[in-house]
Amino acid sequence: MKAFTTLTSIVAPLDRANVDTDAIIPKQFLKSIRRTGFGVYLFDEWRYLDQGQPDMDCTNRPINKDFVLNKPQYKNAQILLTRENFGCGSSREHAPWALEDYGFRAIIAPSFADIFYNNCFKNGLLPIALDAEIVDGLFKELTDDYALTIDLAAQTISTPSGKTIAFNVDENCKFRLLNGLDDIGLTLQHADKIHAYETERAKRAPWLFREISI
Amino acid sequence: MVGKTLYDKLWEDHVVHTEDDGSCLIYIDRHLVHEVTSPQAFDGLRLAGRKPWNVTRNLAVADHNVPTNHRDRGIADPVSRLQVETLDKNCAEFGITEFGMSDIRQGIVHVIGPEQGATLPGMTVVCGDSHTSTHGASGALAFGIGTSEVEHTLATQCLVQKKAKNLLISVNGEVRAGVTAKDIVLAIIGEIGTAGGTGYTIEFGGSAIRALSMEGRMTVCNMAIEAGARAGLVAVDEVTIDYYRNCPLSPKGDDWFMAERVWQNLHSDKDAVFDKVINIDATKIKPQVTWGTSPELVVAVDAVVPNPADETDVVKAQSMQRALDYMGLQAGQKITDIQIDKVFIGSCTNSRIEDLRAAAIVVEGKKVAANVKQALIVPGSGLIKQQAESEGLDKIFIEAGFEWRDAGCSMCLAMNADRLEEGERCASTSNRNFEGRQGYGGRTHLVSPAMAAAAGIAGRFVDVSSWTGE
Repeated sequence: MKAFTTLTSIVAPLDRANVDTDAIIPKQFLKSIRRTGFGVYLFDEWRYLDQGQPDMDCTNRPINKDFVLNKPQYKNAQILLTRENFGCGSSREHAPWALEDYGFRAIIAPSFADIFYNNCFKNGLLPIALDAEIVDGLFKELTDDYALTIDLAAQTISTPSGKTIAFNVDENCKFRLLNGLDDIGLTLQHADKIHAYETERAKRAPWLFREISI
Repeated sequence: MVGKTLYDKLWEDHVVHTEDDGSCLIYIDRHLVHEVTSPQAFDGLRLAGRKPWNVTRNLAVADHNVPTNHRDRGIADPVSRLQVETLDKNCAEFGITEFGMSDIRQGIVHVIGPEQGATLPGMTVVCGDSHTSTHGASGALAFGIGTSEVEHTLATQCLVQKKAKNLLISVNGEVRAGVTAKDIVLAIIGEIGTAGGTGYTIEFGGSAIRALSMEGRMTVCNMAIEAGARAGLVAVDEVTIDYYRNCPLSPKGDDWFMAERVWQNLHSDKDAVFDKVINIDATKIKPQVTWGTSPELVVAVDAVVPNPADETDVVKAQSMQRALDYMGLQAGQKITDIQIDKVFIGSCTNSRIEDLRAAAIVVEGKKVAANVKQALIVPGSGLIKQQAESEGLDKIFIEAGFEWRDAGCSMCLAMNADRLEEGERCASTSNRNFEGRQGYGGRTHLVSPAMAAAAGIAGRFVDVSSWTGE
């Protein structure tokens, strides 16, 4: 997993509320058994005029010129600015995979759906929840070459006008993201505690520990 | 000492370790695995040279991509076939039990879990699927996870979690005739919105929930995620205990008596404190129909399609207008004037035997309307299909013009061959009406099984509580 420390990037505005994970990556792409290569299909139904299929070559597909990511000025945006409840709906982790694979590293919104929010941290993406008025302010002052600087260690966002906006992030998620750490390795450091828990629980709920052949 | 909520009890019972920041390592009793969200997790294990912590805690089944007819011919779509074959291979390689496509016990993962007793009261249950909340109906802490967490659960039998807040949704009073669990949960989502439960675990309580069967409770908990909550819960009572008495994997002999005693305590204490309580009057709920592209865009069947101009919040008004455009509807149009093209009765929300019985009562002796191109009945599992056939329900459906299919997720999310064509309108018992969910350009109206069945006969939405079948 890529570590996230600081990021300076232009900002792509996606001015919609309740963007669900079906919109972020439509269900036909869930059929892939790989975990990379979803970036070209990000927001597929909004981004292209035809219907996308897994493993399709996207270079000559008809694009929706009005969609934000198709506007040349946002081509290299690594920060997505959007509205409340981003990432709602299906739990598919393909959504953060697609956003990350496309090149986004941070998403700023007034709120996020829980599962999506957690999945971001496991995939090197930083979701930043800010007050709705602050997000609205960012939308209002956004211009084509508008760039923000995000400093995860300091938990701040700096705007072109010199303003500094503080944001909250869970300490644990922050530590892992700053260091690009794998979750499983961290948990297995507690293997003894897991074994001890199983022994103790087997006394309280022995039926859960019987060898039952299904 | 302050009393505990059911969620508090389940949480405390599964804490293996607490970090300084309050996040906890939670033990997972049951991990359900399906073909869509697991391949990359197994890939991750292989890449890191890791093995499952305990294979017996896992149960796998293919459901999203399986065909619901002509199953003996295999899966035509190569991508779907690859996912299902990959699950077969991974389960064989890692030693995980899987119900294969031809096993009578195969079905939708959230249907077969409780049916087999693979998910039990007091357990923690996870699956790489947001509708895992369904299993909370039995007083289990059950929630959907992403693929990284699937890999984490396989490797460690634990997950790192932060405790959510407690929300009690208390639904009281007797529902009117024709109002089902589905209408209750749609009405709740209409009231609190799709983000109303975000950050909470919802306990559904009150006399209207207590009056529901286990199947009905599963329908309600299934859609907790549609209200933004990862987990929904219903306290254990006699209905729960009776349901699990004879499931294949339920505790046996002395274990059963011990389990029953432990499970009796799986309810919120009388003096438990919830962070938030919402009261819903069950007597006011009418059969519900969604009109938009989010489950919160829902009205009673006797209402009209709302007008975005009446909405003061600009962002909301815009999404309402976008929904109307996508759905091809006009503000002010009567719901009962909306004609449908297809009917889908199935999904982890509404494919259990009670759902099929409710639909069969409505359609018996009638015919699907001429304007309805296809009406599908997709049982939640092979065993439900068998049960329905033993009751003669299949004949009722087939005589009425419905197609009687094999178990799977089917047209709920159109990952197999069952789908809507562009512009087609469907009365569906599933859980999501998002754009393109049931097929590219397809238009979904979420309803109960009885409402979907009646819409299939009438060719448009009708109020099952007063409809005479004419």
